[in-house]
Amino acid sequence: MKRDHISFIFRGARVDLAGFSPHATLLEWLRLNARATGTKEGCGEGDCGACTVVLARASDGALDLRPVNACILLMGQVDGAEILTVEDLAEGNTLHPIQQAMVDHHGSQCGFCTPGIVMSLFALQQSAQGPVTRPQVERALAGNLCRCTGYRPIVDAAMESCSGPAQDRFAAATALRLAALAEMTDSADVFVGTSTQFFAAPASEDALAALYLEHPDALILSGATDVGLWITKALQTPPKIIWLGRLRGAFTAIEAGDKALSLGAGLTLADASAPLITLHPDFAEIMRRFGSAQVRASGTIGGSLANGSPIGDIAPCLIALGAEIELRRGSDLRRLPLEAYFIAYKQQDRRSGEYLRRIIIPRPAPDRAFRAFKVSKRFDEDISAVLGAFHIGLAGRHVIFARIAFGGMAATPSRAPQAEMAAIGIDLDAPATWAEALTAITLDYAPIDDARASAGYRTLISRNLFLKTLMEISGIPAEITRISGFEVPHAAE
Amino acid sequence: MPPNDSSLLGAESLAVVSHPVRHDSAALHVRGAAAYIDDIREPQGALHVAPGLSPATRGRIKTLNLDPVRAAPGVVAVLTPADVPGHNNTSHFDDDPLIADGAVVFRGQVTFAVVARTRDEARRAARLAQVEIEEETPILTIEDALAANATVLPDYDFKIGDPHAALAAAQHRLEGKLRIGGQEHFYLEGQAAFAIPGESGEMLVHSSTQDPTELQNVVAGVLGMPNAFVTVETRRMGGAFGGKETQAAQTGALAALAAYVTKQPCKLRLDRDDDFAITGKRHDFRADWTVGFDDEGRIAAYDVALNARCGCSVDMSPGVVDRAMFHAANAYHLPATNIMSRRLFTNTVSNTAFRGFGGPQGMLAIERVMDAVAHATGRDPLDVRKANLYTAGANVTPYGQTVEDPDVLASLIDKLEASSDYRARRAQIAAWNETSPIIKRGLALTPVQFGISFTLQHLNQAGALVHVYQDGSVHLNHGGTEMGQGLFTKVAQVVAEEFGIPLDWVRITATNTAKVPNASPTAASAGSDLNGMAAQAAAREIKGRMIAFATERYDATPDQIRFRDGLVVIGNQTVPFPELAKLCRQNRVQLSHAGFYKTPDIHWDRAARTGRPFLYYAYGAACAEVAIDVLTGENKVTRVDILHDAGRSLNPALDIGQIEGGFVQGMGWLTTEELVFDAKGRLATHAPSTYKIPVASDVPADFRVALLDEPNRAATIYRSKAVGEPPLMLAIAVYSALLDALHSIDPGKQVQLDAPATPERILKAAEALKVV
Ligand SMILES: Cc1cc2nc3c(=O)[nH]c(=O)nc-3n(C[C@H](O)[C@H](O)[C@H](O)COP(=O)(O)OP(=O)(O)OC[C@H]3O[C@@H](n4cnc5c(N)ncnc54)[C@H](O)[C@@H]3O)c2cc1C
Ligand code: FES
Ligand code: FES
Repeated sequence: MKRDHISFIFRGARVDLAGFSPHATLLEWLRLNARATGTKEGCGEGDCGACTVVLARASDGALDLRPVNACILLMGQVDGAEILTVEDLAEGNTLHPIQQAMVDHHGSQCGFCTPGIVMSLFALQQSAQGPVTRPQVERALAGNLCRCTGYRPIVDAAMESCSGPAQDRFAAATALRLAALAEMTDSADVFVGTSTQFFAAPASEDALAALYLEHPDALILSGATDVGLWITKALQTPPKIIWLGRLRGAFTAIEAGDKALSLGAGLTLADASAPLITLHPDFAEIMRRFGSAQVRASGTIGGSLANGSPIGDIAPCLIALGAEIELRRGSDLRRLPLEAYFIAYKQQDRRSGEYLRRIIIPRPAPDRAFRAFKVSKRFDEDISAVLGAFHIGLAGRHVIFARIAFGGMAATPSRAPQAEMAAIGIDLDAPATWAEALTAITLDYAPIDDARASAGYRTLISRNLFLKTLMEISGIPAEITRISGFEVPHAAE
Repeated sequence: MPPNDSSLLGAESLAVVSHPVRHDSAALHVRGAAAYIDDIREPQGALHVAPGLSPATRGRIKTLNLDPVRAAPGVVAVLTPADVPGHNNTSHFDDDPLIADGAVVFRGQVTFAVVARTRDEARRAARLAQVEIEEETPILTIEDALAANATVLPDYDFKIGDPHAALAAAQHRLEGKLRIGGQEHFYLEGQAAFAIPGESGEMLVHSSTQDPTELQNVVAGVLGMPNAFVTVETRRMGGAFGGKETQAAQTGALAALAAYVTKQPCKLRLDRDDDFAITGKRHDFRADWTVGFDDEGRIAAYDVALNARCGCSVDMSPGVVDRAMFHAANAYHLPATNIMSRRLFTNTVSNTAFRGFGGPQGMLAIERVMDAVAHATGRDPLDVRKANLYTAGANVTPYGQTVEDPDVLASLIDKLEASSDYRARRAQIAAWNETSPIIKRGLALTPVQFGISFTLQHLNQAGALVHVYQDGSVHLNHGGTEMGQGLFTKVAQVVAEEFGIPLDWVRITATNTAKVPNASPTAASAGSDLNGMAAQAAAREIKGRMIAFATERYDATPDQIRFRDGLVVIGNQTVPFPELAKLCRQNRVQLSHAGFYKTPDIHWDRAARTGRPFLYYAYGAACAEVAIDVLTGENKVTRVDILHDAGRSLNPALDIGQIEGGFVQGMGWLTTEELVFDAKGRLATHAPSTYKIPVASDVPADFRVALLDEPNRAATIYRSKAVGEPPLMLAIAVYSALLDALHSIDPGKQVQLDAPATPERILKAAEALKVV
């Protein structure tokens, strides 16, 4: 079955849209076509949140609301969703409780960030199950820049208004809204356009595999958190786009085995977070600091690996754990170690017509320690200067196995072979035995200078993160080795 | 009536002023209904402009082939210097071409502009130009400029005492160099303007500008028409911070030129990356300092050279660098001082106004010196600071102004020291640092003394237009602009207070050069000081006429008449304000007035280096606590206490907002916000992906902000104080606390830490201290 348009709900009504360019963004559609100018553009690259809107979809019978950056979301990606913008919140002259709290707490000054902030908080509130906490609010706002207020009043407004479960008119209309979404749901392969210019969204992997073989020159699109910028900033106009967002089954499955975790490539980073954290608690911070809530709601784990980025956060962690990936072309499946996928800068082991479908990650054995650290200029929503992942095997107090991978240190995410070798035999109780391995790591990479960090700093960090790993696994508690969770100890009263 | 007789009343007797009234647009903001330039609905046929940017940093334009641009889909016109009917420049100093002509002096300079049916088409077409530039070696860094002796303006200095002799005689001497980074404004709404041509060539420009009058002047100059043909209107800006003072001119003038050439309405909204490339930033500085002091940390002499990177043109550098010098002593009495400044030319975007206007850079240098002196003497940095504050007997600044109220700051610091529990926390932190191998903590309490008034005399004026309509509603307009700071709300409060009417009877309207002419930019924190006074003057004049009428009509004397709660109380009868307004109209009493104000008592003789440039000082202090990771340089601000002097606040809620927002912006400047130019002069931190302003999680979870609620001793509007800029400098406490944390690594050494204190710089400083 084929469908020649996308369908979505906007202002409570269903819209069937066929006349849009494959690379049009949702923000363009809102501001220029729908003349809904409440949603702002502050950067056009997913970093400021002024364009935040909420997409509601049905998921296992419940409404799932996610904040997204409309500036880098392609129009076709709204298929099957309800679009909620800042204009939807108030009812007549009555402000939504979040809006009212923002007014009461003086949460806006120039007001330009405000619509996006309101929508991020709305997404938080609609999914909150209980009282909201300050860390939750900070996490929800990591992708919303405000240059005026200093955030304090916004956080206060959120603390007052975002506790769940929501009891507003949106919550009250959940059943109706689910029904409206269900009415749009079908298993058609979406194909809008012509054979030379189209936006396609196959509904099954078989349809995808066939379509991609037919159009190997098409651009595969997952969350568009990379691709969106090619369009808004590099002004590319990819004529053929195949969006993977309608695929279900293995492509978005989580298989949590005892020995390994398998993640479908189509899982959003938001959905992949919980299973990844079961591998090791350090994933909690890595995932929390991956972009922002908006980026995680759109971006996928498959996209974050497939793009071959040398500064991606997930790849080094998974390489250290020895992950494998599964690719599909036509009906052929192939598996390879993740690290082998990255051949060189902007060059990956991916054949024409082939796509990434699954990631298989062995769980660290009980006698192995794992550590992952992200170092960036700003704690939240920043690209890593360096990301170090350490997988260390111990026999008693001696290191007998080491698998170390870094991002930000080379043209691809890659391992530290000399350090891994030199680490064998380290005695955790004799820091003198650490020196050789610590030096070795500085020889494993020749990083570059760029706007994020100098080569010298990167090298020093790689060494120091290794040192910190050894200090932690030798027994120093993380409360006093890491700044991220650091809290000022309470003074004796 | 003496000015501000009502200021002698306590806040409790005021009905509107001093109340924490919400921002007038708050309800519109939260609904997405507040309109910014790009939200104004365009008439049919409106066109869009995009600039073409220079790919080279310095050189002569050999060829500029715009044929591919003209041939691109949707293109209606391409603008070059030949299309400019008037003067191809946007600057008083004649060195900022609207469109580069012949030569380029920085990378990203506008070399042409495209007008097309859609913004998307304009942006795409702008990339198709074929440019050939004969490149010359650019002057990029402060060191390059010093070596080449390249300046935009002559050096300037002021001096008191004999600093060289005093340095030679001092018990101790220290010297150092501090690099102070610049800062991108990152107003959330980028530069934008929408120009609509009129029937006989006149031009209406809607602009996101802090200075509509200046834009009017620039547009008239570019189009070669009288100012009276150009109207500029600004309802609100999505943030500005100084970045839309002169820097809004180019965007506005390009939109107007496009509208002039095509005779169609034309809009230019810069893409964020273009905005980063084209518009100026906070000046970066290198402060070369020498200080002489005694065992107690009392400063005997301070010699500082403020080397400012002004970029490729003069722009506002004269005022910015002068203000850096005015604040180079901050709150300290320096018996012998030499403050010298160099205004360096570089082939980078022309640096401009940014909240604080040079003050922060001058102030950071002396605060850094205070820490160096404390570290050298082994005394607590707060004690060193206190030992050097201005006092009643030692209160003359290096520029000859007497600080009349040094007791205000001294007692403010004492209060903050107590309320922040400074001494006890100092002891706890020292104990922690003894045993913690990786995480070190630091604490600092630093003061701010910021001079209020434009240092360019003539800007200290303002106009306001007030109409009372026959139904008692009031139309308010003034020359100030709203950029989020709440100026419109504050001025409306003043007018409502004057007429004794509810705030919502006062209709706030967009700043418009046709209503209030010849206004000053909304800058120098002076918005409510100046416009509040002008609006009050206008309201008082009208009120005076209403009183005169009422005395006749009701046979009363003026002192029997009071305006309050929407009523006019005349002896023992009351008339609703609307009724009196109606009666006035029927009896031909003029209910409209243009008010005017100019700041009294200020003068500054730049050549003689003396005078009283500031009407008064705004004070504040902050106590910041931080933690750093000595293995990575990562850091966190864990607690901040602020006590700030806003005089008797016109609106405590808005003032607290300015303090918190200013502090966080200053914290960004000193920590994560790093402008990186690569070796070729390209701004590598070109967008928020690489340029990191604070987000919510950077703000200390424990953030305590209080107002020092004491009336301004100077006669300002309701005895309030300006609050826009001073709080930015409270963030110096964060930088100083980072120095303190680093200092704990080896208390025997001086710390080397430039600003911004990024994790990389902190780690570098930590490594230097670890070396034995
Ligand atoms: C504001 C912002 C913050 C960010 N922060 C981070 C961060 O903290 N850490 C980090 O690592 N990254 C970050 N990123 C980068 C980016 O979000 C990720 O790399 C993201 O995971 C890409 O996934 P996506 O689904 O959006 O990919 P898309 O943009 O849809 O695609 C990216 C590339 O992968 C290809 N592709 C996608 N899916 C597949 C597939 N299944 N098979 C084959 N090819 C495929 C596409 O063709 C394209 O070439 C950030 C991006 C933004 C905009
Ligand atoms: S406009 Fe900045 S994130 Fe979309
Ligand atoms: S209120 Fe101005 S950016 Fe947030």
